Amino acid sequence: MLRLEARQQASVIWRYASPLLALAITCALGSALFMSMGISPTKGLSMFFWEPIKSVYALSELLVKATPLLLIALGLSVCFKSNIWNIGAEGQFVMGAIFAAGVALTAEVDSHAGYWVWVVLAGMLGGMVWAGITAFLRDTFNANEILVSLMLVYVSVMFLNYLVYGAWKDPLGYNFPQTKTFDAVTQIPKLIAGTRVNIGALLALIGAAALWLFMFRTHAGFALQVGGVAPDAARYAGFSSRRALWIAMLISGGCAGLAGAFEVAGPLRQLTPFVPAGYGFAAIIVAFVGRLHPFGMVLSALLMSMFFIGGELAQSRLGLPRSLTGVFQGLLLFSLLACDTLLLFRIRWTAKPTLHATPTASR
Amino acid sequence: MQQISRVASQYGLDIDPHRPVHTLSVGEMQRVEIIRALLTNPQLLILDEPTSVLTPQAVDKLFLVLRQLADEGRSIIYISHKLHEIRTLCSACTVMRFGRVTGVCDPRQESDASLSELMVGSTLPDLSISPVQPGKEVLSVNNLRLASEDIFGTDLESIHLSVHAGEIVGIAGVSGNGQRELLFALSGEDTRAPVGTIGLQGQNIGHLNPLQRRALGLHFVPEERLGRGAVPSLSLAGNVLLTRKESIQTKGFLRFIGWISNYALHKQAQALIDRFRVKASGSNAVASSLSGGNLQKFLIGREIDANPMLLIVSQPTWGVDVSAAANIRSELMALRDQGCAVLVLSEELDELLLLSDQLHVIANGKLSPPLSRTHAKVSTIGTWMSGLWNTQNATT
Repeated sequence: MLRLEARQQASVIWRYASPLLALAITCALGSALFMSMGISPTKGLSMFFWEPIKSVYALSELLVKATPLLLIALGLSVCFKSNIWNIGAEGQFVMGAIFAAGVALTAEVDSHAGYWVWVVLAGMLGGMVWAGITAFLRDTFNANEILVSLMLVYVSVMFLNYLVYGAWKDPLGYNFPQTKTFDAVTQIPKLIAGTRVNIGALLALIGAAALWLFMFRTHAGFALQVGGVAPDAARYAGFSSRRALWIAMLISGGCAGLAGAFEVAGPLRQLTPFVPAGYGFAAIIVAFVGRLHPFGMVLSALLMSMFFIGGELAQSRLGLPRSLTGVFQGLLLFSLLACDTLLLFRIRWTAKPTLHATPTASR
Repeated sequence: MQQISRVASQYGLDIDPHRPVHTLSVGEMQRVEIIRALLTNPQLLILDEPTSVLTPQAVDKLFLVLRQLADEGRSIIYISHKLHEIRTLCSACTVMRFGRVTGVCDPRQESDASLSELMVGSTLPDLSISPVQPGKEVLSVNNLRLASEDIFGTDLESIHLSVHAGEIVGIAGVSGNGQRELLFALSGEDTRAPVGTIGLQGQNIGHLNPLQRRALGLHFVPEERLGRGAVPSLSLAGNVLLTRKESIQTKGFLRFIGWISNYALHKQAQALIDRFRVKASGSNAVASSLSGGNLQKFLIGREIDANPMLLIVSQPTWGVDVSAAANIRSELMALRDQGCAVLVLSEELDELLLLSDQLHVIANGKLSPPLSRTHAKVSTIGTWMSGLWNTQNATT
């Protein structure tokens, strides 16, 4: 009989090696998948792990996709560490994009050069408002935040569709469901000329450092963590759980909204029904693969970004379905969960008590 | 169900068989365990500290049952740190210390002192009790009524309590009689107390949260060490931060963001470890890695070190080894002598009789009138634990 037995102490080496092992398992399973579809595994895997890093342009695209993932994941990690389960970052991302677009559409040719700042701030506000609804319902009616935040994703997508198919549709857009292209003054400043990388990438990195300081070096961050791991101790200490709820939800909503603003005013330049690209959900995986640690999340955001690009390349070059991205994300998450289980537990073979077998349990 | 009720009443273990276990207090859960063990009609019964949840009368009753079981030819292993229980009940005694047997004896031939010497390895210092010199009133609880947050909890009914500077007030009682609710209301974990019912030095504090009450000098050590008094996964330094704010910067921008000086925090934790002789690998040691006694020394030390005006301690020596318990008691005594008001809730009557200048009994959410040290007798308190103080004319 298989039995899981708690380990006395988790290995320090494997704590850090377990994500790498999970990645190796993901590659192995991915190879098997490619072979079953009659494609050479090296060719298939290179779409995911080599193509996205082989040139400066490819690397810049990697950063473009990693930026929203990292920004959202940073905010989500605050929630998850506080034991608040915000699953609706996608909705907060969309609302951020809508708010940002609302401001961007009011820009005119002769608007102030720093107009993009307002666009970004509006996006942040949008995400905070959307997350605030969840926090409010949880606070006043004790509504489950998982359900509320998830449902609000669909509401936000409906609202986006209402705008792009109706009120905000570009009159000169041949009836395509999209807004007009934003004025050039709203363009988020580029980080590297000639690429699509903007200062959002830099901000996300600064955000990672700021988050580390906030969580591990400030009293408010400490209070959030205590509330997450030991609610009774937080109550004993006098840390308000309501305050923790609002802080965590607003931070994560603000981050997701910021990501939405950078996305819509950066690479996209207009609002379309394709704004919700799944970053909000993928960021949940980024957060956990990065062990909710700011620097871990920088690495996992890059990795998940590879999967996004790899999936698209696999579609265009190998003729495989794009849902391969989701398959790889899922493989990684499950491998990691399995590895982490083995980090905390060991498997024991126990002979059935009725059998007179000598115990040969391997340790 | 009937069988449970029958066994329960036969041994004086009062419990409602319909209640879900998660709503029971630690003491009540222990009662369930005893009943469950007795239901199986055992040949060998192992009891580990079974009396901490019983009134003295119930202990006598349990001992009668145990003797009866022994006479029927069953074997009983009885583990306890209460020496007089061992001496009155057992016919053979093995003393252990740090996992080693340090002596085998016939407890009926030994005295408390000789037994404790075997346990500790040296004679325990006697707790010297200086005469009490109560100062002004620090904590006043006036007609506090509070419905429990938990449907299976005990509602508090018209609690009157007064604790003065320089005295230790004890509250005895069998667990699950409102101790938890009273402590929540006093510590600030529950802020629903009506206006004017809880006062600290005349100031109304019923609506303040624990942080605000701590700022006024009210410190509290709860009975659950891991998960409430301390965060199991955090280091000792991190756990200092739970109730102490000295390491948080107080100047300008750093104050605004609540910046923690890691250096000051670890220094503070190390000072606590040294001052209260906590056995730990250092300020980085995780709270859950400490033994019960050492963690309790650290937690009580953390609050004593803050120079409180009022210290409330629940079960100060629960699950703590004998020498650490003696240590903690003398720390509490020293605190009282310095003029701090101390309120101790405990289910260990011996401990309360030793420490308290004034002793109350809590039963069914009601608090008895106080008994002074000289008037507190085990038999009286035992009766009061069943809520029967109105039938006697208590003279205090």
